[in-house]
Amino acid sequence: MQENILTPKLVVKENKFCPGCGHGVIEKLICQVLEEKGLENEAVGIVAVGCACLITDYMGTDWIQAQHGRAPAVAAGVKHVRPGKFVFTYQGDGDAAAIGLSETMYAAKRNEPITTFFVNNGVFGMTGGQMAPTSLLGQKTTTSPFGCDYSKAGEPIKLAELLATFNVGYIARGSIANYSELMKTKKYISKAIDCQIQNRGYSFVEILSPCPTNWKMSPVDSLKRIETEAMTYFGCGELKGQVQND
Amino acid sequence: MAEIIKGNHAIAEAAIRSGCRFFSGYPITPQSEILEYMSWRLNEVGGTFVQTESELAGISMLYGAASCGFRTMISSSGPGFSLLQEGISYLAAAEIPSVVVDLMRFGSGLGDISPAQGDYLQVAKNGGHGDYRCIAYAPASIQDVVDYMNKAFSIAEKYRNPVLMACDGTIGQMVESVVFPEMYQHDPDQFDWSIKDQRETVHKQVTSKMYYDYIDEDYCAHFREKYDAMESEAEWESFYAEDAELILVSYGTMSRICRDAVLLARKDGLKLGMIRPITLWPFPKQAFKAVTPKAFLTVEMSVIPQMAEDVSLAARGIAPNYSYTTGMHYPDEVRIIEEVKLVLDNKKEEV
Repeated sequence: MQENILTPKLVVKENKFCPGCGHGVIEKLICQVLEEKGLENEAVGIVAVGCACLITDYMGTDWIQAQHGRAPAVAAGVKHVRPGKFVFTYQGDGDAAAIGLSETMYAAKRNEPITTFFVNNGVFGMTGGQMAPTSLLGQKTTTSPFGCDYSKAGEPIKLAELLATFNVGYIARGSIANYSELMKTKKYISKAIDCQIQNRGYSFVEILSPCPTNWKMSPVDSLKRIETEAMTYFGCGELKGQVQND
Repeated sequence: MAEIIKGNHAIAEAAIRSGCRFFSGYPITPQSEILEYMSWRLNEVGGTFVQTESELAGISMLYGAASCGFRTMISSSGPGFSLLQEGISYLAAAEIPSVVVDLMRFGSGLGDISPAQGDYLQVAKNGGHGDYRCIAYAPASIQDVVDYMNKAFSIAEKYRNPVLMACDGTIGQMVESVVFPEMYQHDPDQFDWSIKDQRETVHKQVTSKMYYDYIDEDYCAHFREKYDAMESEAEWESFYAEDAELILVSYGTMSRICRDAVLLARKDGLKLGMIRPITLWPFPKQAFKAVTPKAFLTVEMSVIPQMAEDVSLAARGIAPNYSYTTGMHYPDEVRIIEEVKLVLDNKKEEV
């Protein structure tokens, strides 16, 4: 009984994410919410490239794997021809904020009725920990060995704020740094899904997430780093569409 | 009943008559009228038109709609066609059918907006990365495009692979008399591979087959078998080739001038013939086995010999092949015959 509560049926396979990785936790949150809303059979996810795309093996919705960065465009194509489906993208920061920034922005610009779950862990995970557009200033990565330098890389992209300049349905940023933040993030995911199924347009949830492997930190210290550094820089909360559902 | 119509509009109408209900693309000369036509016509038939922020987004959106079993088309030209290649490779890897139209222009880089046949190598040899092939039709008239459009969709679905429609830019810009077929009704739910309204027992993963469906060797065998089978789709037209002393090889609109050159030369007793590849890939090698000329002359509207390389391979052991590239201009039939005489007088070098 307890197992049924803890593991949603949509989680069809044990994940192989690194120990302490945020993806498994976020996957479970999304699965829980989809099941609570009875959307298991209508949901179709679009992934592209990076650790995020491993989710297609573990999460039992239909999936399409897009080219790097293009998931929001693929999602829009699906939603146009099958408007009854719940269409979401699941993307990392290299994918949604670097190579796919244009596709991400234009999905919001056109207010496409799709939902993006954006996992921000500040590094390119799968390729081995290179600098991401969301790497914090001073952060050491394999391509910023002396620390992320404003004079070279500029400032970390606040994607939720960029998207909130458009008149879209729902935008929020949460984290999974602790239980309280996790529960808030679950609420944001739920509201983003409601936004789409109630035809209120584009929705987006950014989730600050740990990458202990590439941060070269323990899982516990990684969560602390989110609380002390990432949440301080990015800030968490709802940026758009918070009125309708509260 | 025949009607007079501009090529780009006819391409769009032909796609709609073939059941295409989704188009996402980006304007570029000389094919922008396809988007313009689609923007109102798809609305009329209950389809979807999206003008995307780039060709990259356009073919990605198409990938999404095509994964759901719908007939989808995108068109572009020159630099824009280059940007479609990423998506074409992904469509081929995920085995998703669709039709991609290239209105070929002149030169490399920005090149020129002038119609030409500059993309042969990109069309016939894959512009995108990796191991895949696309059947590529090269129509010679607007009626040709219309007649081949429904076939292009059917062949795409038969092999679960993108199909290219390689048109000389001229075809988009000229006006001809055309007869359209009746409207074809396409059922997007007829395929077992597509994303449906409801998830089925096992969740679907539309992606490169190697990740989930095959182990390494099976993956190679599957695609080898598929592309081997696609070779049987080669199509060509032979025109007075059987007894010809010299055979012109040309495709698209250039083949129409070569046809006139054949007729004109034969009036003067010079036995010219022509082979016109209708598919650029698979290249119709069979057409060359049935002929015994002294030489082949490949005539194409490009800067450097492109199709001429494939002609040389097909002509190996039969007769030498020569090249006449006309740049961005059409020669007339007299000019082509002059080039033929240079070949026959041993004044040109083999390809």
